[in-house]
Amino acid sequence: MAHLLEVKDLEVNFALRWGDLTAIDGVSFTLDKGEKLGLVGESGAGKSVTGFSIINLISKPGYISGGSIVFEGKDLSRLRREEMRRIRGDRISMIFQDPMMTLNPVFTIGTQMAETVLAHRNVSKHDALDLALDKLEKVYIPSPEKRLTQYPHEMSGGMRQRIVVAIALLTDPALIIADEPTTALDVTIQAGIMDLLQELCDAENMGLILITHDLAVVSQVTEKIAVMYAGRIIEMGPTEEIVNRPRHPYTRGLIDSLPWGRKAADRLTQIPGMMPTLTDIPPGCAFHPRCTVREAHCLEKRPDLQPDRARDHVVACHNLGMLT
Amino acid sequence: MEENTPLLTIENLVKHFDISGGLLDQISFEGRRFVRKRTVVKAVNNVSFEIQPGETLSVVGESGCGKSTLARTVLGLYPPNEGKVLYQGARIDDLSPQEMLPFRAKMQMIFQDPYASLNPRMTVARILEEPVVFHRKVRTAAEVRDKVAQVMEQVGVDPKWSDRYPHEFSGGQRQRISIARALTVDPDFIVADEPVSALDVSIQAQILNLMMDAQEEFGLTYMFITHDLSVVEHISTRVAVMYLGTVCELAPVDELFDSPRHPYTKALLSAIPRLGETKPKHIKLKGEVVTPINLPSGCVFHRRCHFADDRCSREIPLLRRLDSGAHVACHGVEEGRIS
Repeated sequence: MAHLLEVKDLEVNFALRWGDLTAIDGVSFTLDKGEKLGLVGESGAGKSVTGFSIINLISKPGYISGGSIVFEGKDLSRLRREEMRRIRGDRISMIFQDPMMTLNPVFTIGTQMAETVLAHRNVSKHDALDLALDKLEKVYIPSPEKRLTQYPHEMSGGMRQRIVVAIALLTDPALIIADEPTTALDVTIQAGIMDLLQELCDAENMGLILITHDLAVVSQVTEKIAVMYAGRIIEMGPTEEIVNRPRHPYTRGLIDSLPWGRKAADRLTQIPGMMPTLTDIPPGCAFHPRCTVREAHCLEKRPDLQPDRARDHVVACHNLGMLT
Repeated sequence: MEENTPLLTIENLVKHFDISGGLLDQISFEGRRFVRKRTVVKAVNNVSFEIQPGETLSVVGESGCGKSTLARTVLGLYPPNEGKVLYQGARIDDLSPQEMLPFRAKMQMIFQDPYASLNPRMTVARILEEPVVFHRKVRTAAEVRDKVAQVMEQVGVDPKWSDRYPHEFSGGQRQRISIARALTVDPDFIVADEPVSALDVSIQAQILNLMMDAQEEFGLTYMFITHDLSVVEHISTRVAVMYLGTVCELAPVDELFDSPRHPYTKALLSAIPRLGETKPKHIKLKGEVVTPINLPSGCVFHRRCHFADDRCSREIPLLRRLDSGAHVACHGVEEGRIS
């Protein structure tokens, strides 16, 4: 069966005065219908740029400089702007981090929701509002009729993010890309939004790409995790594999540095140093300056993703033999 | 100092903010009359606790629960409306700025955003010299330089970089500089307001380790404000859970995480995402988030609580000590309705 989304050797460059800067360097992954993938990494790893490039929202000076993004049989990276516009917000929806930035403060929720429907469907405004009402009920908004006439500032942060989710659902998309959807929210509200996303994806058989820095959050929602570092995927596999049997030294470091469940007497395991900036990505394996198991060849040759143990679990590391 | 004197005591602290604006904003027309209404944010309501020397007391809660206001009121950055703040038994909330000075050197603060809390137009050296010179900790210029180099080394920032500006550093390094600034005046007590919330996980671990090392080395006492419960479990001695300006549970860290008593604490703990738990069973709170402008009568949590009864909506529960050593403010726990 063909995949819903197949990203192959994606490369995103930023054209700067002194030359091109590579932000995404050969990222490949697939997503099936109804599958949930977590893109994890620290700031600057390239996870958001990857998400944005799928719907071609990379703004200048950035551009897709190589690879393909095949979605429902079409290569999105080659589409003209008008064709892309028809897919974006219709077949693929995006949810951003800050609901206050996503919603327009001067229009009512009803107006904003109807606008999205009317942009993609040939229906009357009345029908569009009916659809909006239906979706607000799906995301468990209390008294949805009243909400349609309200403005974003009249609602709490969690409520606003539910409305953003409802807007994303309006066109029954096949894929939702959520970029840190709960980072700005409190834990009790985050738990509710994550439950909701999971439930909706399962019920409607939607694909989900969840972009976040929080490994614990993705581990609860997704079936598959891709860990990114300095513009590349360095480990990818089923969630259960990545969480319980991480192979790449960076993934291990990330999991070990979580303070969860440790007593105050223990020191946290820390990864020395920090993520390199795009201007000086180290040669060879980009992680080698921070790695505890590096060898001479790590500085020379960049490791490619290679299968490891379990099916579908791939790791980009030369020294897998040394890691038990 | 006498044994058992708490380093810091706060008694019945209340901090309200009047946000009603000018007279014209306050007046509205209701029932054929003009009425004047004030809008007050009741950020902190009747909070009392003690912090013992050498311990880390964490204050946790969701946004808007008053934890940052509490921190700032404790340090005297906001004057309290009611209640007292005592430092080693001496009252400090009613002192003049002059009288407050010696206490300011003993109490320092680390802020959340290292991008906003360091002056972008000062070099690191000047940022770090300022408190040393201001509090007259050392006399000569050479001593000031030595002190700055010493604290920079302590926090793991190379003293060679002291001529650089904050924008030349990464977030983690900036937070190290913030910590260095707090350490320059040899404080006893540090209030850290979300010190690692803006940082990536691997950097967060570095900063938490640094803070714990500094605590051990200098015998520091921390009041740690955060919403991140996984950090709290790691770093604290005791934890105070706040909801809408009141402390609903205060307990030693193990006690709180092993057997939370207050229904809000239980819901909060159940909502933390844990690595590798595929189907978390978190407790869903009912109702909507309440703002601190219109505080509910009785227990502030009663509208969201599954166990609330008539008494909860009338009577404000007080923080009571249980046999386990935990303090809980809940009628249900007191009556034995909630296990």
